[in-house]
Amino acid sequence: MNSSQLLGITTFTYLAASVLYIAILIFKARKMGIIATLVTIAGLLFQTAGITMRWVESYRMGFGHAPLSNMYESLVVFAWAIVVFYLFLEVKFKNRMLGAFAVPFAFLSMAYASFAKEITQQISPLVPALQSNWLIAHVCTCFIGYAAFAVACGMGILYLLKARHEERAVGKEGILDSLPDLKIIDDIIYKTIVFGFLWLSTGIITGAVWANSAWGTYWSWDPKETWSLITWFVYASALHARFVRGWAGKRIAWLAIIGFFSVIFTYYGVNFLLSGLHSYGSR
Amino acid sequence: MKKQKNILVQFFSSIQLSLFTFFVLAIASIVGTIIEQNKDAAYYVDRFGPQIAKLFEILDISNMYNSWWFLSLLVLLSINLIVCTFDRLPKVWHMVVMDNLDTPVERLEKMGERQTFLVANAPDEAADIAGGILGRFGASKRRATEGGGMLLFSQKGAWTRLGVYVVHFSVLVIFVGAIIGSIYGHKGGVTIPEGASASQIYEFNTDRPIPLGFQVRCDRFELSYYDNGMPKEYRSDLTVLKDGKAVAKKSIVVNDPLQYGGFTFYQANYEALNELMVHVESEKSGAKETFLVAPREQAKWPEEKISFGIINIEGGGRGADYRYKVWFEDSAGEPFTFWLPSSQVGKIERPSGTYTISLKRRFVTGLQVAKDPGVWWVYVGCGAMLLGLLVAFFLSHRRVWVYISREGEATRVLLCGSANKNRLGFEKDFAALVDQFQQNDRLTPMKETL
Ligand code: HEM
Repeated sequence: MNSSQLLGITTFTYLAASVLYIAILIFKARKMGIIATLVTIAGLLFQTAGITMRWVESYRMGFGHAPLSNMYESLVVFAWAIVVFYLFLEVKFKNRMLGAFAVPFAFLSMAYASFAKEITQQISPLVPALQSNWLIAHVCTCFIGYAAFAVACGMGILYLLKARHEERAVGKEGILDSLPDLKIIDDIIYKTIVFGFLWLSTGIITGAVWANSAWGTYWSWDPKETWSLITWFVYASALHARFVRGWAGKRIAWLAIIGFFSVIFTYYGVNFLLSGLHSYGSR
Repeated sequence: MKKQKNILVQFFSSIQLSLFTFFVLAIASIVGTIIEQNKDAAYYVDRFGPQIAKLFEILDISNMYNSWWFLSLLVLLSINLIVCTFDRLPKVWHMVVMDNLDTPVERLEKMGERQTFLVANAPDEAADIAGGILGRFGASKRRATEGGGMLLFSQKGAWTRLGVYVVHFSVLVIFVGAIIGSIYGHKGGVTIPEGASASQIYEFNTDRPIPLGFQVRCDRFELSYYDNGMPKEYRSDLTVLKDGKAVAKKSIVVNDPLQYGGFTFYQANYEALNELMVHVESEKSGAKETFLVAPREQAKWPEEKISFGIINIEGGGRGADYRYKVWFEDSAGEPFTFWLPSSQVGKIERPSGTYTISLKRRFVTGLQVAKDPGVWWVYVGCGAMLLGLLVAFFLSHRRVWVYISREGEATRVLLCGSANKNRLGFEKDFAALVDQFQQNDRLTPMKETL
């Protein structure tokens, strides 16, 4: 079994998990929740094995490096981080219904990585600019942050759906009733943003330190850096609005969604739509 | 009574202003990533038409992140931060150092987390025991209150209230670092052919020469490839010379620069010259010499009475090595030619003696050079920001009070507390504390009330 087979299986396992989570939500089959969780865990194990294999394979090819060096590998790590983060939430908040709004992100990331034409899956050696220990620190911190923001976005969507449902159908039983209270979802969104903000800050800082050690400028306003700062501003606004102005509920849910659009653009849009220094990641 | 605040202070300390500034900075930054920066005037006229190009010029769009208005936004953010801090910090500082034994009893009776016990112990004894239990939570203090009661207080993490201010202050420290860098720092570049040296660098954008105060020599530049043809390493062997003496030596690669005299030299790029470095050694006389030879040109070594040249070059695609056809003549015999791959040593045996010869294409190394005395401020600011964020997000100030009073025959013990953040976490702490009161075998319960 090689890494690409393992990661292929992972993609389908996450698809299955997503379908299960959504089905459980729709059919209110709370008891079946455990199956969705087990499938997700299986996917995570396949994926962890796949990432490890890919690492080993790169050594076999004679230029070993951590699998964090291009768009494909980063999408895989992104999906991995989303699932780890989600499972943590599931345990912490003891609610499996949240999965329908988190695991599909992991599936989409894997599916995009596997099937998009513009992304190569080849394992290639590191060009000189990427040969740095900061690569691992920078990419890992950024992607833990991005994963948290993906989950925050999912929870934001969930919040808005449930809030709308409660306004419309007062008293009626609905699909979304088995979900946690709005208050709890709101709390999850806030905590997840806090967590992501910490990692995004660390990601920006490790990136700056790396840039300084590679070419002597910790900040050069290249589009990727600038977009990460824009994202940082969005979440800083969300935290201040909440902490000082008491924003909660729908407004924070919207900010979680807007913030994630900014994340996607930083991560992905910049590579394909704008030009800049960050050759890293563009196919 | 709230004092009416100065309207300016109110404006500059408001969170609305920060949200507004964040928003405008974000929008402006987006513009800067869409409109390409640092192109010449013609580019903008070409892309956007003369009118809009004119507007761009007024707004300095081509160098937006350094424009007066963008920097003004950053200044506005800083003023906002400073005024906000001056406005709030005194109150927060008061919360950190205040004497919580002054808290009125009526406030304690209304605190979010509270529990009362009735015990048979005398008030003094109950206070001792309560003090012992609180002591495990944090250092405790006590004071007699009027009406014969006793108040005890203990807290954890009062200092964590300052975490947010560490974050805010760190932003200012980073700005200070950036300002120091832009005033006293230099960003530039220099290209040095192998074997040559440079004593000044050229500033980016202006091309102004900046003297280094020492010389940097490039002894050798090496370029290597992976098997698949991707570049693997660019390496320059550099020597720093001061008054003609070598004072430092380092092989630099991308991501591993040379630092000397406040300047840092980064491997940035390279260029191949149409010229070869030919190293020849004579075994008989022990003489050695390096010659710079252009292809199809004859080089002479008069002392050894030989001459040679490169008459053909083959290969040299990405990753593949060059092969050179060398022409060689000495006084003793017919000239002859042979093929010599780059990075191999050729041995020539002639009646006049034995020579070794090796060839290397001559490169120019491109170095990026930076001097930034502000960078340590930036790093310290970043470190402080991360620590401050950890404190602000994950630690809280937790306070607990115990009020002991006489209630008929019994002694009433009121345990109460609050936290400024993470109420759920505090609830657990508080429950544990209540447990400790209930489990304590020196406290004799009368009957419990809620
Ligand atoms: C780039 C800049 C800034 C960053 C990174 C930042 C970061 C933070 C963070 C992380 C918090 C804590 C929020 C929480 O616990 O959820 C906070 C709170 C706060 N921030 Fe900022 N902030 C910035 C700028 C500003 C500015 C310009 C103001 C000006 C008014 C401001 C005012 C406040 C206030 C009033 C609080 C609440 C503090 C308290 O509880 O006493 N911040 N900030």
